[in-house]
Amino acid sequence: MFVLTGIEHRYGAATVLRIDAWRAAAGEHWLLAGPSGSGKTTLLHVLAGLTTPTAGSVVVGGTDLGTLGGGARDRWRGRTIGLVPQRLHLVGALDVRDNLRLAQYLAGVPDDVGRVQELLAAVGVDHLARRYPRELSQGQAQRVAIARAVVNRPAVLLADEPTANLDDVHAASALELLRAQAIAGGAALVVASHDARVRPLLPHVYTLPPRHPAADDRGTGA
Amino acid sequence: MNAFRIALAYARRRPLATVFNVALLAVGVATITLVILLSRELEQRLAREATGIDLVVGAKGSPLQLVLAGIYHADVPPGNVPLAAVEELSRHPLVRQVIPLALGDSYRGFRIVGTEHAFVAHYGADLAQGRSWVAPMEAVLGSDVARASGLGVGAAFTGSHGLADGGGDHGAAPYRVVGVLAPTGRVIDRLVLTGIASVWNVHEHHDAAEERDHDARGDRGASPAGTAELPPPPREVTLALVTYKSPVAAASLPRAINAETVLQAASPAYESARLFTIFGVGTDVVRGFALLLIGASAFGLFVALAQALDERRYDLAIMRVLGARPGTVAAVLLLESVLLAATGLVLGLALAHGLAAAVGTWLPAAAPLAAGARTWQPEEWGVVALALGAGIIATLVPAWRAYRLDVAATLADG
Repeated sequence: MFVLTGIEHRYGAATVLRIDAWRAAAGEHWLLAGPSGSGKTTLLHVLAGLTTPTAGSVVVGGTDLGTLGGGARDRWRGRTIGLVPQRLHLVGALDVRDNLRLAQYLAGVPDDVGRVQELLAAVGVDHLARRYPRELSQGQAQRVAIARAVVNRPAVLLADEPTANLDDVHAASALELLRAQAIAGGAALVVASHDARVRPLLPHVYTLPPRHPAADDRGTGA
Repeated sequence: MNAFRIALAYARRRPLATVFNVALLAVGVATITLVILLSRELEQRLAREATGIDLVVGAKGSPLQLVLAGIYHADVPPGNVPLAAVEELSRHPLVRQVIPLALGDSYRGFRIVGTEHAFVAHYGADLAQGRSWVAPMEAVLGSDVARASGLGVGAAFTGSHGLADGGGDHGAAPYRVVGVLAPTGRVIDRLVLTGIASVWNVHEHHDAAEERDHDARGDRGASPAGTAELPPPPREVTLALVTYKSPVAAASLPRAINAETVLQAASPAYESARLFTIFGVGTDVVRGFALLLIGASAFGLFVALAQALDERRYDLAIMRVLGARPGTVAAVLLLESVLLAATGLVLGLALAHGLAAAVGTWLPAAAPLAAGARTWQPEEWGVVALALGAGIIATLVPAWRAYRLDVAATLADG
C-alpha cells in the first residue's frame, strides 16, 4: 500500500529521519516502533503528505507524493489517509456528529449522515452524536477520533501513540478498535508507539533507531 | 457541513465576544446611516421647497432669514416692505412672476399667509374641498392644518398675532374656512392661506382697537369716530417670491434689487445650500464618531480572531489533515468575520431605518424627515462596503497566519 525509499529528513544540520526502504501491503497492520524522539511522528507525517522529506520517494496507494502539488496533496490526503493524532484534536466548536461530517466536507466527499451514524455505532459512541468534545471522556474522544479518521474509507490508517495515558483495558480496546476499523475498510494500519503492550497485538514491526542525543528535537514524535 | 456552518459554530462558541462586536458594529452602522438618511431627506426637502423660486425679496436684513421665512416658513421675516416696491419689481422685464406674501399671524402655530392664488398654483396644490378664497376673511387650509385643527369648510376661527402660538387674539376679525387643500408633501400643507387684503383687514381692526383702548385710557375726549379719521396705513407686504423670465436674470437682478431698491433679494438655492453646509459640520462630527465605532468593532473582530487563532491552530491543523487546502481554512476565518460584519450591518441598517421612521415621536420638529426611513440612499452602499470591508480587513492577518500554518509542526507540538 505504501513504499518508502531512501527517505532522509533533516532540520537544519540534524538528520531526524532515515529510512532505506519500507514497504507495506494493503491490509497489513504495522507497529512503528522506536524510542521517544526517534522520528515516529515525523514518519507518520511523511506518510500523510504533511511533511515532505528532504530526500527520497514516498509512494502511497500508487501515488508518488512528490508529484502532488499543495492543494492536490491536501485533497488526496483527505480521501486516502486517516490520521488519529496523539492529542486527537477533535474540533471543539462542533459536536461529535459534525466532527465526522467535517471530515467528509473537507475531503470533498458528499455529506452522508447515515455513514456517520453507522460509524459512530460501530465504535460504540452513537449515543454521543450530539455531544461536544469537552463533554466526552478520554476514551470516548478517542473512539470519535478513530471514527473521524476512517469516515472517508482511507487506504492507510495512521495512529500516533494511541495507547498513551490509557490503562491496559482501554489500551487493548483502542488497539482492537483500530484493527477492526482497518479491517472493515481494507486499510493498511500503522500504529506509531513506544508502548510495549502494543507489540504483541500487531503482526508487522518497523523499528526506528534512536537518534543521536545532539540532534535537534523539533518536529519529532513524543 | 459547509464553511458557513463551521464559521457559525465558531461564532457561537464565544457568544460574548461575538455579541459585543456585532453590537458595536451595528451601533456604528446605525449612527452613520441615520445621519445619511436624515440629512439627505433634509437636503432634498430643502431643495424641493425652493424649487421654482429664483429669488425671495423682502426687507433688508439677513438673506438666510428671508429665505427661511419665505420658503420654509420657519423663521420670522425681517420686516415689511411697501407693496409698491414689489409691484414695481413685477414690471421688470427679466421677471416672469412675483407672488407677494403678507405674514404676521398664525392659527394654532400654523402660519396665516396672505397671498395670491398664484401661490397655490406654484405649489401645485389642489382643492380637496370647497373653493378658493375670494372675499376678505375667507381662508383656505393646508391639509395638515385641516387635519390638526379639525376645521372644515364653513368653520370660523380667529388668528393670533405673531407666528407662534400664544400671541394676542384677533378676536374681532374671525376667518371663515372656504376650502381645504389636498396634501402636497410640501410646506403649503402647514399653511393657512387667505387674500392679502384679509391680513391688512385684521391688522387695521387690531390697530383700531388698540387706538380705542389708548383713547379710553387717555380719556382725552377724542371723538368716537376718531379712528375713522386716521389716514390709511401704507399698503405693505412681508416678502415676495420671484421667478425669472430667463436665467440671465440671475447675473444682474439680485444685485440691482439690493443696490437700487428698498428691497433685499435672497437666492433660495444659495441660502439653503449655505444652511446645509452649516448642518454639514454637525453631521460630519457624527459621521466621524460613527466611523470610530466601526473602526473599534473591526479592531475588536481582529483581537477576537487573533486570540482565538492561538487555540484554534490545532483545529486548523486537523482541518488540513482532513483535506482542507490552506485557502479553505483561511476562507473559513474570513467567512466567520464577514458573517459577523454582515449581521452587524443588517442590524445597524434596520436600526437606522427604524429610528428614522420613529424620529417624529421624540423630535416632533423632525417628523417630516421620517419619510427618509423608506428610502435607500446611494450612500448606504458605502456603509455596506465600509462594514464588510472592516470585517475583511480585521481578518487579513489571522487568515494569512492560518494560510501559512505549519501543519506538521503544529500537530507535533500539540
